Amino acid sequence: MMDSVTPYVLLSAILFALGVIGVLARRNALMIFMSIELMLNSANLALVAFARQWGQLDGQMFVFFIMTVAAAEVAVGLALIVTIFRARRSTNVDDLAQLKG
Amino acid sequence: MSPDFLLFLIIALVAVAAALGMLFSRSALYAALFLITNFGAVAVLYLLLNAPFLAVVQVSVYAGAIMVLFLFVIMLLGAERLGRDPETATMRWQRPLTITLAVALIVQAVYVFATRASAAPAVAEAVDAGPLSIGKTLINSYLLPFEVIAIVLLAAMIGAVVLTRDK
Repeated sequence: MMDSVTPYVLLSAILFALGVIGVLARRNALMIFMSIELMLNSANLALVAFARQWGQLDGQMFVFFIMTVAAAEVAVGLALIVTIFRARRSTNVDDLAQLKG
Repeated sequence: MSPDFLLFLIIALVAVAAALGMLFSRSALYAALFLITNFGAVAVLYLLLNAPFLAVVQVSVYAGAIMVLFLFVIMLLGAERLGRDPETATMRWQRPLTITLAVALIVQAVYVFATRASAAPAVAEAVDAGPLSIGKTLINSYLLPFEVIAIVLLAAMIGAVVLTRDK
């Protein structure tokens, strides 16, 4: 049915590069966070593709743990963003420059 | 072109289009909805890759819990009214440079995969990847990470409550 999983890994690389653009080029903290989730998702896709290639479940177990860690990270990260917004009324990461210089 | 590959191509186009829509959308709310579309497309790709349990977990955890959290926070902070990032003056040359370098990365990845694809080993026989197999593998081989993940989730819960508590 399927000759190789190379197209899936290539798609994972493309999604990862798009996530990198989102992290580097946006100033809104929520948009940066969503781009990080896109990058994590692309890594998951690569892992599942390789699990399929070798016929083992280890890649899928790894993805399971990555999803759990991503959920925990999103919970804490959004709590941080809400707290910062309460103090500063702005989600622009350029405003968080107190440690600068 | 086999039906498998054709189906993959359609779903991959949906995923890339949704990711591009997320990057170039005008408000954070539209970006979150595009990201949900992307997660849904990746869940279908998991089904194509013989990972049905992960496909359902992707839809219920990633698209159904994480993105709902994002939508809560976006609506709580009123970020859908913020519109486009206003400070293009602070990033005049970084943004085109970012896009150029990322496009170069994608072109290099396509080139490497196109010239090396024949060296990939053959795809193995598909194993059973339903919840029973996943559960057995989890408890037999990955018991320690399973317990550690429980502690990670507990720490995240405590952290979220402590961070948003009124002093």
